Amino acid sequence: MQTSNLLPLILVLAVVAYGLAYMRSRAVAAPLGGIRNLKALPFYYAARAALWCAIPALIVLAVWAGFEGKVIQGIVIASLPQDTWPESAGQASLILSQISNVAAGSLDPEFVPEHIAGAASLLEAMQDKSGNFKAILVVLIAVLGATFAWTRVAPHINARKNVETTLRRIFFVCAALAVLTTAGIVFSVFLETLRFFDRVPITEFLFGTSWSPQTALRIDQIGSEGAFGVIPLFTGTLLISAIALLVAVPVGLLSAIYLSEYASKRMRSTIKPVLEMLAGIPTVVYGFFAALTVAPFIRDLAEIVGLEASSQSALAAGLVMGIMIVPFVSSLSDDVINAVPQTMRDGSLALGATQSETMKKVIFPAALPGIIGGILLAASRAIGETMIVVMAAGLAANLTANPLDSVTTVTVQIATLLVGDQEFDSAKTLSAFALGMLLFIVTLLLNVIALKIVRKYREQYD
Amino acid sequence: MNTMSPSISAEADMQSKGAAVPVPEHKRKDTLMEDKPEDTVIEEGKTVGKPFTDNPKFKLRNVDVSYGADRAIKNISLDIGRNEVIAFIGPSGCGKSTFLRCLNRMNDSIEICRVKGSFELDGQNIYESKRDVVELRARVGMVFQKPNPFPKSIYDNVAYGPRIHGLANRKSELDDIVENSLRKAGLWNEAKDRLDAMATGMSGGQQQRLCIARAIAVSPEVILMDEPCSALDPIATARVEELIAEMSESYTIVIVTHSMQQAARVSNRTAYFHMGHLVEVNKTDTVFTSPQHPLTESYITGRFG
Amino acid sequence: MTDQRSQAEIVRKSLKRRYRTERRFRLYGILAIFIALASLFILFADIISKGHTGFVKTTITLEVTLDSGMMYLDDPTDKDQWSSADFKAPIIAALQAQVPEAASAAEKRELGRFLGTFADSEIRDLLTKNPELLNTTQTIEFPAHDRVSVYVKHADNPRYSIKLSEQQQRWVDELLQKGIIDTSFNDVLFSRGDSREPANAGVLGAIVGSLLTMLVTLAISFPVGISAAVYLEEFAPQNKLTDFIEVNINNLAAVPSIIFGLLGLAVFINLFGMPRSVPVVGGLVLALMTLPTIIISSRAAIKSVPPSIREAAEGVGASKMQVVLHHVVPLAMPGMLTGSIIGMAQALGETAPLLLIGMVAFIVDVPDGLFSSATVLPVQIYLWASSSEQGFVELASAAIMVLLTFMIIMNALAIWLRKRLERRW
Repeated sequence: MQTSNLLPLILVLAVVAYGLAYMRSRAVAAPLGGIRNLKALPFYYAARAALWCAIPALIVLAVWAGFEGKVIQGIVIASLPQDTWPESAGQASLILSQISNVAAGSLDPEFVPEHIAGAASLLEAMQDKSGNFKAILVVLIAVLGATFAWTRVAPHINARKNVETTLRRIFFVCAALAVLTTAGIVFSVFLETLRFFDRVPITEFLFGTSWSPQTALRIDQIGSEGAFGVIPLFTGTLLISAIALLVAVPVGLLSAIYLSEYASKRMRSTIKPVLEMLAGIPTVVYGFFAALTVAPFIRDLAEIVGLEASSQSALAAGLVMGIMIVPFVSSLSDDVINAVPQTMRDGSLALGATQSETMKKVIFPAALPGIIGGILLAASRAIGETMIVVMAAGLAANLTANPLDSVTTVTVQIATLLVGDQEFDSAKTLSAFALGMLLFIVTLLLNVIALKIVRKYREQYD
Repeated sequence: MNTMSPSISAEADMQSKGAAVPVPEHKRKDTLMEDKPEDTVIEEGKTVGKPFTDNPKFKLRNVDVSYGADRAIKNISLDIGRNEVIAFIGPSGCGKSTFLRCLNRMNDSIEICRVKGSFELDGQNIYESKRDVVELRARVGMVFQKPNPFPKSIYDNVAYGPRIHGLANRKSELDDIVENSLRKAGLWNEAKDRLDAMATGMSGGQQQRLCIARAIAVSPEVILMDEPCSALDPIATARVEELIAEMSESYTIVIVTHSMQQAARVSNRTAYFHMGHLVEVNKTDTVFTSPQHPLTESYITGRFG
Repeated sequence: MTDQRSQAEIVRKSLKRRYRTERRFRLYGILAIFIALASLFILFADIISKGHTGFVKTTITLEVTLDSGMMYLDDPTDKDQWSSADFKAPIIAALQAQVPEAASAAEKRELGRFLGTFADSEIRDLLTKNPELLNTTQTIEFPAHDRVSVYVKHADNPRYSIKLSEQQQRWVDELLQKGIIDTSFNDVLFSRGDSREPANAGVLGAIVGSLLTMLVTLAISFPVGISAAVYLEEFAPQNKLTDFIEVNINNLAAVPSIIFGLLGLAVFINLFGMPRSVPVVGGLVLALMTLPTIIISSRAAIKSVPPSIREAAEGVGASKMQVVLHHVVPLAMPGMLTGSIIGMAQALGETAPLLLIGMVAFIVDVPDGLFSSATVLPVQIYLWASSSEQGFVELASAAIMVLLTFMIIMNALAIWLRKRLERRW
């Protein structure tokens, strides 16, 4: 039975348990003189029954569904004749996909070796068996849970407390999911990164100046070993982010200043949402715009003035990315500028300062820490942005500072290395995780610093 | 300043009286109007006492200020004399601060605020469209309720005005201006050794005197003070009041205050505001010893406020 | 007093220069706003100008005589005959009848290349369904080939290169005049999945894929996000663990989206062995990505419920949980919904993490379930934008317009909700 069918089934069972427990609690209460003699309302007895029915069953289902695929794969691989056992993880995944294709009927069993066809029928049988067993187990647990709760419908038991404690725990688990996600990112990415450093020394990764991850597919094949120096990717990322910030910081900051200090209320309330639309446009749209409109435009423009520009110039990606992060800079600056107390403005204006003098000499210096925090956040956005650079920046890892050249970035490499089928034990694939780790650490540091600065700044005026 | 301690206790006494009757403000006014026959009518534009002087610094006629539909100032006419200290008193929300802020056009930045009437500073209308607000504010300085030093060094705070107006040609001139201003504000001895320290690190009283020094540094002709001592403790208040007395020799000072004792101590003339009306103006002694309008009398005897 | 006079003089003299600076500063601000707004305008204008033709299709309508001799086909229901049958012959014959000039075999072949690649299978499907139509004459509409379509729609546009010879262009003009070749609303765009040929490609598959993915995202991130927000605002004790959770949430909100793709790849696909390219995994990844947004906005909504409500409920003896579930959460719900819709709109436009979990595959069929291979709208745009066929550029722009329409609707809904339901305390 499919997991997706079991979910509604559990739900139905929970509703039944709810109804039964509700009736039972009324029945228990009746001889005692009504529900007021119960420790809790019938609703809570019923809710407790539903929770007892659903939660253990859901946990078992989640665990089973999470690991059944891996376990069955292991069994199927182990069932293969020993001389055909895969030598590497990459080979294993090839064989497995062959087997599952046969099992799914998309590949004719006649076209594959006999042991594969055998394994396919075993896979099918195992999946069937696992599905049935899972269904039986889950339903059994649900019924047992509900029965237990049903027997515990008694006037002296405070079901409300039970239900509330359980709910509170569920809430806690939901909140803790954020920690789990972070842990998931750190451990999964970190483990693959460690495996990568088994193959490529960390010093070569961090300080190498050449990046060409195309390793030979087979060990006996003659070809380049591949180079994994992250410096050209990093400079490429920095070049594009720097261009983006050169656009976004002045435009964002000045428009925030204009809107908060000069614009009328009406102008502010119309222009601000329009500006914020820039942040809501999907990045793939910006990528499209950068690749198909801005990049050719820049190339033509450069030709006119006699420069040579790549058709995938860093400038195009950077400019468009800059436009994208304008709203980040402007709304964060707007926040911090508005946090500067009005008395500062009054103090300066009352001395006869003009508005721009007040802005430049009093408000801006006072808001500077907050603005810097905002710029750091925008920088972390730019560094982590993927689609614009995937579509508009190149793949060639050039070590250059010329914005008209094509450069590649960390995110572009992660995306290209991992799109399509990968073997999980090649240095090429693993390098993407090392890049991801690097990206995660850099953006995390930027964020932590930025949030610290902003918080400190807020406290100053609270 | 020998009267200081009794006056403070009197002020505290009065505040506690006010707090003991927690009547919502609008209701309070209504009941006053109905219950006290002598208070029922304040004739618009009619001010008791001597609102006008010879050769005034400020000549204000038929001033009307409204915020949207709310009329905050109702047809007020008043003269402010040269080198005098005039105190504006009255219950909260009576319009005295609004009126004060009109004198250097600090209300300009409030979109819904409309100001009507004639405001003449040395015979020139300050609301005329060609009149420049920056120049006006350089001549009419202001000190606010809460000390608002800029988050800069003490030196930079005082030097801010002279710098933006380009009043000093050399660093030494600027140093002189800063020193003189701090001296006049009675802050030099406390601050001379830490001119580079952040102004925000000073005590509240010091901060307010720094704000006064900052205002003086531009050499204004008039200094407006909007309850300058309301955020200060009694000792700091005493220092500021002393300072006001000293400054009255060279500046025209307009001070809004909640404390009648303060008005009595520092001012030559006192103007009593009530619900947007200017009820009574006279020599300070006269206002406090023999008020002519029943509302003024009620206020200074502590029946409300 | 002379001091004051001379100072006033200095101030007056400085005014001109200072007001110039003031005006310049103001101008910079206006310029900045103008740049931002102009960029937005150019972006939209560019996409609309590129994409409006995507909503138009070029068709060739012909009266085709389904002659069995010409097709070498006696019985359309007999599958064995299909491989040897020539379903294209009657179409070419019908086309040639309209262009008598094309007489030689080579010229006829060129005529045949006006038609989309799937024209013959259209005849085959028609005959399989209705065998009685054999040897009758039918009026059938065929999609034109990309070459013809580009010429018809973009003959004057220098961005497109025309790949027809002058003779062919003359023929197309002739057919256009006769009304054989015509343009109409591109219903294919909304009724098909992806295709190798622009004339047969549509966004329906991607839209359904996006909906399925969003369904999973919503089903997970909304309840979990709200529960987490309720816990952190109402139940969390003041301790290190709570601080740690909060720091985690704030940082996750700023983690680049592609990192979530890495997580999905490593955990869901590699560790749990879930299939690639399916909406379930995409939805899970996007749910993890949107959770911080939803939690943060839900917390703000809960914070804005005034304490007096809580006190009132506690005053009549409600337990903490009852206060929260009966009063706080319902009152905070509009804010929570608004935040969730905005989070979902973000997820709808997200591309990068989905590339890594294989939702970038070429999928023709419209997905029919949470576990069937699918792609999503933004990924479809990416795929088309990076395709070499000219016809896909306008389709990508058209798909962008569809995506933006969805996003505008969602954002408008969020704004409406906020205006309509949010209470002012």
